[in-house]
Amino acid sequence: MYDFSYHNPDSVAGAVSAMNKAEDGKFVAGGQTMLPTMKHRLASPSDIIVLGGIAELSGITVDGDSISIGAMTTHAEVAASSDVQAMIPALAALAANIGDPAVRNCGTIGGSVANNDPAADYPAAVIALGATVKTSKREISADDFFTGMFETALEEDELITAISFPKADAAAYMKFENPASRYAIVGVFVAKTGDDVRVGITGATPCAHRGMRLEGVLNSNFSGDALESVEIPVDKMNADIHASAEYRAHLVKVMTRRAVAACS
Amino acid sequence: MPVINLRVNGNPVSGEVEARTLLVQFLRDNLRLTGTHVGCDTSQCGACVVLMDGKSVKSCTMLAMMADDCDVTTIEGLANGSELHRMQQAFMDNHGLQCGFCTPGMIMSALDIVERNGNDLDEATIRRELTGNICRCTGYHNIVKAVKAGAKAMGD
Repeated sequence: MYDFSYHNPDSVAGAVSAMNKAEDGKFVAGGQTMLPTMKHRLASPSDIIVLGGIAELSGITVDGDSISIGAMTTHAEVAASSDVQAMIPALAALAANIGDPAVRNCGTIGGSVANNDPAADYPAAVIALGATVKTSKREISADDFFTGMFETALEEDELITAISFPKADAAAYMKFENPASRYAIVGVFVAKTGDDVRVGITGATPCAHRGMRLEGVLNSNFSGDALESVEIPVDKMNADIHASAEYRAHLVKVMTRRAVAACS
Repeated sequence: MPVINLRVNGNPVSGEVEARTLLVQFLRDNLRLTGTHVGCDTSQCGACVVLMDGKSVKSCTMLAMMADDCDVTTIEGLANGSELHRMQQAFMDNHGLQCGFCTPGMIMSALDIVERNGNDLDEATIRRELTGNICRCTGYHNIVKAVKAGAKAMGD
């Protein structure tokens, strides 16, 4: 990888200031995607601003009926958190199955959500649980955050500080994973709170999104059988060497059915 | 060039690095600790796993500067003189290797597995936990046996 200037600020304000001074800066959280991307020279920032020294970005706090997870909290910490396990066990289970143990010891929730890889797990949970993304500037609702492939509502000098997840009555995440990378070929997160069902889908399309057709059916009949009538538009699906568009469309319904069954 | 100060296998070390120097390059090229291997260099294979502040990390996917002021343990830090660490001994006793290239990463990952899961490990747990370590020789069977035996021996 090309060389760069390294910044290791100890505060959010310091990180933003470093970014604003940089010619072509990048924030680096756990680095598990950013460093491979730089090695491949798909990115060659002039400056990297490492967020690992900012204590205020780590940690998990329960606030009434929601749980706030600091951006620099690792997947391993989310998976092992007794608070997350108690309030949203599906979220802890999701974190426990990202990548592999060494990746989970470094990779962070903020880095994953900010990167918005089309096959990442967390975006499905953020969408389905109706989470709020807290940043250095504002709060962004899940429905407004993910805007396209690797694109989010974040501005260049804006970083995620925490993500707040409201508790659901029942929730489950089902992933059909690539056995080598463990990224989602299709992953579906279903969350039910009262009579309101939300479905977050990752891996299927260029950007994680809500499954509005699936929600429409599940809101009136929360059962796997109700999904039979739903048409998943094949032309919107990703297609690659791992799975065709038709296969992904099929998987969306299968994973949703399994998630609904796990919620019941 | 920036200077980093850290502890490697209990010894304080310092060195000049470029910002882009990977931790594995620092260990192998600066410190000549060549037990930590570079297999894929794309964070898939796990041959480069070391412990940083007690947790397994892929040292090919970490900048040396990120290890500034940290405690790093490599495969060279496990044995006590000529007496192998119990996990190393278990790999030897169970023939948990053929070419041996993946072995340092397997053993460092195994220590992390024991740390999080205890000394009584079942096969399914070991196989699931070794997803980030690739061996191209053994078919994993003896590696799994070695991790199970090593974990048990560490508790004795």
